[in-house]
Amino acid sequence: MTEHDGYNLRLYVAGQTPKSIAAIGNLKKICEQHLPGRYEIEIIDLMKDPALAMRHQIVAIPTLIRQLPEPLKRIIGDLSNTEKVLVGLDIRPN
Amino acid sequence: MAGKTRGKPGHLPTIGKSPTGILGLDEVTNGGLPQGRPTLLCGSAGCGKTLFAMTFLYNGAVEYDEPGVFLAFEEQPEDLIKNVGSLNYDIERLIAEKKLAIDHVEIERSKIDEAGEYDLEGLFIRLGFAIDSIGAKRVVVDTIETLFGGLENEQLLRSELRRLFEWLKSKGVTAIITGERGEGSLTRYGLEEYVADCVILLDNRVHDQLSTRRLRIVKYRGSAHGTNEYPFIIDEQGITVMPITSSGLAHGASTERVKTGIPDLDQMLEDKGYYKGSSILVSGMAGSGKSTLAAHFADASCAADHRCIYFAMEESPHQIMRNMRSIGIDLQKWVDKKLLRFSARRPSLFGLETHLATMYRDVTDFDPAAVIIDPMSALLNAGASGDVHSMVLRLVDFLKSREVTALFTNLGGVAGENAATEIQISSLMDVWLLLYNRESNGEHNRQLYLLKSRGMAHSNQVREFIMTSGGIKLREVYIGPEGVMIGSARRAQETKDRAAVLIREQEMERRTREIERKRREIAAQIEILQAQLANDTAEIELLNREGAEREDQLAADRVAMGVSRHTGPSRDKSSPKTAKKPRT
Repeated sequence: MTEHDGYNLRLYVAGQTPKSIAAIGNLKKICEQHLPGRYEIEIIDLMKDPALAMRHQIVAIPTLIRQLPEPLKRIIGDLSNTEKVLVGLDIRPN
Repeated sequence: MAGKTRGKPGHLPTIGKSPTGILGLDEVTNGGLPQGRPTLLCGSAGCGKTLFAMTFLYNGAVEYDEPGVFLAFEEQPEDLIKNVGSLNYDIERLIAEKKLAIDHVEIERSKIDEAGEYDLEGLFIRLGFAIDSIGAKRVVVDTIETLFGGLENEQLLRSELRRLFEWLKSKGVTAIITGERGEGSLTRYGLEEYVADCVILLDNRVHDQLSTRRLRIVKYRGSAHGTNEYPFIIDEQGITVMPITSSGLAHGASTERVKTGIPDLDQMLEDKGYYKGSSILVSGMAGSGKSTLAAHFADASCAADHRCIYFAMEESPHQIMRNMRSIGIDLQKWVDKKLLRFSARRPSLFGLETHLATMYRDVTDFDPAAVIIDPMSALLNAGASGDVHSMVLRLVDFLKSREVTALFTNLGGVAGENAATEIQISSLMDVWLLLYNRESNGEHNRQLYLLKSRGMAHSNQVREFIMTSGGIKLREVYIGPEGVMIGSARRAQETKDRAAVLIREQEMERRTREIERKRREIAAQIEILQAQLANDTAEIELLNREGAEREDQLAADRVAMGVSRHTGPSRDKSSPKTAKKPRT
């Protein structure tokens, strides 16, 4: 990890869809388990702020973006595959 | 352009059309793309899909007051703007005026991890937001197949694409979805399955190292459409599709006449010239004067205040103008007055179809009354021989439908390589002028023969064709025992004739003089005789008078004698003398 140890994560959802709800739940669970105390989650509902979809290059829903630590990482899906999430977030080496 | 509801009679509902504003395309689609529905535009890389799509949006925003959204998967907005800048599309201004929006979707598989189920709602939200923010009526999705490269779950993608197209329909936007040409299918990922309303295929084929762009409407549900392949061009003036006029042989026939520019030739055509809107073929060998004949026609057309386009295939406009000045035709002044436009292109530059599409564009743009294609033969060599006839037919039909009088020159005349095509093409022509350059008596001489001229009584004479500093002159030919006499032979014959005339004239003069002389001789004789007669008459009178005087004298003498017998002789002698004197 680089100079910052904390995880800044953004989860993009579109309203209260099953996939969105599942993603939020899965993300919180993974973070609690693997990054206790050093994560921050921001949930963005594109239904409420659609302009952000274009600005942040969102195509798939849900999309998780690791803002920090750098580099930026993108994971799409409801995050049900914990292994892939951990690899994607560089929490567990591939 | 055709109306929106063209093609079906009466009250039956017809699908609305959204005009593309692309010259020719709206004609072959009977008005444009299906309104409120997606159209699939497919073709291999580099065949102009993106440009087509952007033109559709640009024209919509500028001409039809329909804002548009460009959803770009492949190119960055800056690149898109730059690429169409060469067509003078000011995209940035349209964006500033909220008539156009570009959204670039970046998808790269290496930067995305998939962990669980997802959908493409983000894309829908983006597109929906862009559409709503400018009130878009048109949408371009270019090229959505990029998603297949960016995401793993193909099954999901397919269902989402199906949903996207349905969603676009529900939005009521007219959309173009571009797709890359696949092997054995229209698009690599079978998009044609989802877009069922209208499919247009673009193609860029290379034949003899010349590439030709072609367009074909594969399918257009609920509308009549042309099914052929239509050549199209992309140049600085945008996209032009060359349609085959559906009018076929329905064009009108004008009775109006246009001057040929050569009074002698007009005279051969009922003293009036060509019919307006007719097609004229001038064929002849090299140097037989085809271009000169064409230049005369251009000159006459401009002089009548009609616009004319001269498609020069072999010479540069400057060269043509210089050459024509030598025979007293000033084309420069018509160019300056914007009545004459030269369009010079090497035939080898593009294929035949591309040439014809360019001509179509130029004619539509300049709206001339006359068109010259010099020479046609150059074009014929530019295409595969089989296509030539149909392509020329399209051009002729197109020009006729606009009542443009067209003069085609053709290098040929003798059994050359173009002989077969010439025969095919000549059947499309209304007037066929043959120019010969015949050798006789050790020299080449030009001759003109009006082989056919539909719809008028025309001279069947072969005429000698002379170029002078005052243009082309046609001479009556001499028909001698060995046929037509031209050139020196004609001049010799003329000299001979002139000599004969001179001799005849001299003879006449001589005879006239002779007669005059005789007349004077006779007159002189008459004079002499009359003088003699007068002389004789005078003599007789004198004699008569003398006789009478003598009688008088005798009588007087007798009296005197009688008197003298009584008086004396001294008085008698003087009196007769004084009496006689006054009478002489």
